[in-house]
Amino acid sequence: MKANLQEQLLNDLLIESFEGLDSFDRDLLVLESGTSSPEILNRIFRVIHTIKGTAGCLGFQKIEKVAHVGENLLSLLRENQLAVSGEIVSSLLTYADALREMLHCLEANRNEGDKDYSDLLGRLVALQSPGSAGSVAPNPPSKAGPPQTASAPMNPSGSPAPPPASVAETAPAESPAKPVKEGWGLFDDQPVEAQSAPAAKPDFAGNGWGLFGEVAAPASDKPAVAPAPSATSAPIPPPSSASAVSQPSAHPAPAAASGDGAARGSIAETAIRVDVGQLDRLMNLVGELVLARNQITQHISGTRDSGLLAVAQRLNHITSELQEGVMKTRMQPIDNVVSRFPRIVRDVAQELGKQVRLELAGRDTELDRTIIESIKDPLTHVVRNSIDHGIESPEKRVAAGKPATGLLFIRAYHEGGQVNIEISDDGAGINVARVKQKALDKGLIPPEQAARMSDREAAGLIFLPGLSTAEKITNVSGRGVGMDVVKTNIERIGGSVDIQTELGQGTTIKFKIPLTLAIIPALIVSAGGERFAIPQVNLLELVRVESNAAEGGIERIFDAPVYRLRGKLLPLVYLKRTLAGDNRQHGHGPACGHRHQQGDAGEVFLKARDAHRAWLGRLREVLDGRKTMTLEEAGSHRLCLLGTWIYSEGLKDYGDIAEVHALEKVHEQFHNLVREIVRLRNANELSQAEEKLLELTALSERVLHFLMEAEKRVLESQSVNIVVLQADGRQFGLVVEAVNDTQEIVVKPLGKQLKGITIFAGATIMGDGQVALILDVLGLAQHAAVLSENRAQTVAKEDSQGDAIARGARQTFLVFEAGEHSRFAMPLSQAARLEEFPRPQVECCGSRRVVQYRGAILPLIDVAEQLGRSQLDADASAPLQVVVYAENGRSVGLVVGQIVDIVEEAVTAEQHGRSRGVLGSALVSGRVTDLLNVREVIESAAPAFFAEAA
Amino acid sequence: MNHQFCTFRLDRLLFGVPVLQVQEVIRPQQMTRVPLAPPAVRGLINLRGQIVTAVDLRQRLELPAPDREVDAMNVVIRTADGAVSFLVDEVGEVVEVADDDRETPPETLRGAARELTQGVFKLRHELLLVLDSEQAATVASDN
Repeated sequence: MKANLQEQLLNDLLIESFEGLDSFDRDLLVLESGTSSPEILNRIFRVIHTIKGTAGCLGFQKIEKVAHVGENLLSLLRENQLAVSGEIVSSLLTYADALREMLHCLEANRNEGDKDYSDLLGRLVALQSPGSAGSVAPNPPSKAGPPQTASAPMNPSGSPAPPPASVAETAPAESPAKPVKEGWGLFDDQPVEAQSAPAAKPDFAGNGWGLFGEVAAPASDKPAVAPAPSATSAPIPPPSSASAVSQPSAHPAPAAASGDGAARGSIAETAIRVDVGQLDRLMNLVGELVLARNQITQHISGTRDSGLLAVAQRLNHITSELQEGVMKTRMQPIDNVVSRFPRIVRDVAQELGKQVRLELAGRDTELDRTIIESIKDPLTHVVRNSIDHGIESPEKRVAAGKPATGLLFIRAYHEGGQVNIEISDDGAGINVARVKQKALDKGLIPPEQAARMSDREAAGLIFLPGLSTAEKITNVSGRGVGMDVVKTNIERIGGSVDIQTELGQGTTIKFKIPLTLAIIPALIVSAGGERFAIPQVNLLELVRVESNAAEGGIERIFDAPVYRLRGKLLPLVYLKRTLAGDNRQHGHGPACGHRHQQGDAGEVFLKARDAHRAWLGRLREVLDGRKTMTLEEAGSHRLCLLGTWIYSEGLKDYGDIAEVHALEKVHEQFHNLVREIVRLRNANELSQAEEKLLELTALSERVLHFLMEAEKRVLESQSVNIVVLQADGRQFGLVVEAVNDTQEIVVKPLGKQLKGITIFAGATIMGDGQVALILDVLGLAQHAAVLSENRAQTVAKEDSQGDAIARGARQTFLVFEAGEHSRFAMPLSQAARLEEFPRPQVECCGSRRVVQYRGAILPLIDVAEQLGRSQLDADASAPLQVVVYAENGRSVGLVVGQIVDIVEEAVTAEQHGRSRGVLGSALVSGRVTDLLNVREVIESAAPAFFAEAA
Repeated sequence: MNHQFCTFRLDRLLFGVPVLQVQEVIRPQQMTRVPLAPPAVRGLINLRGQIVTAVDLRQRLELPAPDREVDAMNVVIRTADGAVSFLVDEVGEVVEVADDDRETPPETLRGAARELTQGVFKLRHELLLVLDSEQAATVASDN
């Protein structure tokens, strides 16, 4: 028990001291920056005082001594007898490192190490005013040897061995963990060994806790002795003897502890330390609870038992709160990592003779603590690298026209279910060509690959193992190990690293750290008959495009479907098709054909209803003998308008709608009955025919009913649900079949077999016990090629410009070619839609060329022809590209050569000799482009258009 | 040394995995299909809150698809990477075999069958093929 307590105390000392020293560093830097307050000085002092006290009471005299010297200096600072200077801060930082070093050594080897700190201590003493120096004077020489000899008289070697007290007391601490019989015998041996064979001591002491390594050797020298006590005597004696030895040093404990006890009191009362494993288990349990809650919610959704519903609701709330609470316990601000950076930046910059200003943003961005732990080292490495490789020396910077002080900017923020951490510097940037060359020289990439590489890809080469472009190896970096380790470590936790660099401008390294957090809110959607969860963080909004929305529907730019979301084009991705492995988002498949079918289906239903109502009247007339009807006329159920539709499109395209099937059945019955009636009439079985007609009247009701139901469902299924998502700063719309609801889901990882599928982030279990996949929005966007490298970059640039240029001055233009070498632009707002027509569809109406378009005639105007530009020899097989212009319900199609792009730019038109149909010329996307005067062009070709429209 | 194998059938062949590797055998489960997954991955099943990948062993062993649609049994195996469910036609009993009866697969065995078969035990009436479950659970997803 005693040993466990000792171990516990030691752990507390370590944890507390490391934390304390971190805040010590921070506070020192604050002091150095000129803001001094008694509060900070007190805090600094207290940290060291606590370390000294605790170390002392546990018998770690070296730490105690070293701490003491610093404490003296700090107390002078605290009492304002000494002013803070750069030198003092530097020495104190080094001093903090010395303490850390010893603590690390203690952690690893259970001794304080044998490093000599007399230089440092001397410096600290020298920094004190002469008056107080006397009190510290004995300290420097006492660094290790003397105090130990004092407390450890049986260690004559004078080597910086740990005091025997700590050896003896710590020894049993590990023994419970090793249920080896010899273990006890071994410890039994030790005091004997230590006392009777002092020569063996240094060997043993050198490794302090290497009990089972080093010490096993002397023990095995006397195998006859060692096992004997273990086998015969009870294993109690060793611990008790150990505690006896430790008594002397344990005694001062209460006294020393009481000193800093007051300082610690306030924290100790409000905070406790909890094992992370414990939190993980809690989190798992909460995850299960959430699942159970979801299942209950689903099960009772049909009941009317208000009591049960109330309880379920309560359960719902409590679970949510519990979940939130447990989650919070695991979240830590990223500040825990980045708060170390001011110190690191200062040290590295000083070491390299550079001037660096560090700016931090988003310090309170929270991450799961396990993630915080694993990004610590990679981030630190990148920060050091940025200063070493990125930021130039002050002279070079000034020569390059930059301020002497370099800027290192670290920004953390949440985006798309991930935490992004960007480390950017305004330094020299990476010479991409050199990186490429280096990679080639070292044979890391084949030449043909190098030739194909984009700059961004080439910059990514620095993540290859064994590549370093540093001209000289510095203390900090350039050994060619590091960036690859950074990448591996980040990827291990499911993150990614990306680099963007511009020579002379700087480098940005972007980490994307996933929230592997157990529970996330998600939107459940379905596509292709399966359900999928979309992390809510990626979700911007939901848009439902009704089937009958004549304007603002889904349009296409060539193959790419887009939707105008408040005037901005939103690229669309069809989830069903993406999942089917079809990356063509357009297609000649149903989705783009929808527009045309929609009208058709609606029309079919409308006509079918009228036609159907007419049947009864017609039959009445037939029975009354006023009209005759042949059996053919009575018809097969496949031949009438509705039948044709059902058996061509209906069952094919809407086969998953039950109402369509029902309609088909009842429609067939109806026709059979009609035929029967006509047959009976023809056979003069009038009374039977009358009877059947009554039956038919009833059936007719059913037909109408299903007709309406089917119509509703068909039109519904044609309306499109767009889930607007954001990935990597870009938006896109995901077209899904249905949006179900939002839910808290428990993220479970996928097995290794499925790790390679980038569009899934994991899986979860739904309320009904079924597994649903979680979509990885970024992966999905990349998979569907919504995010291409160029695209992403231009967007970034556009955004930055966007701040400078008022958005109002910018306009979105449709850029197209018409005729040879003629580039035109027109405001996108003037284009109602873009269409393609196969050339054979073009018909002639008088002298005008027209096409049938959405149930009307669309006159075509060839832009090049109107403007008198030379015509290109058109490829007869290529479809006609048409920009539809609409006004007051009338449309006209402008035939263009090729749609080039859609750009958003601030354009100033210049007039170089007025020509008809053109407003002027301007630079659009860096090319001279004619601005089309759409109205003039139309007017000249079809003078009546506007007149009629008006 | 005697070994215990959990046996199952695939297209009339008798396969076995060491009993200790088997977590459990469960009846056919509802499965969630994974789009874009390698063909050998049939889907995901919910095993008491744990999500387990179901691997179609017939696919893996390049055996023909069953003549008629049968609900496959799940043999859940512990692998280094967590549990994986093997879909098999039929689960047999646990058999005990002796080392002496073991032979290496014949050289003439080719393809996936060769890769995934660790050895052959000669039972009285038939042969028991020892499946390399780690290997069988390793399905490359080249995406």
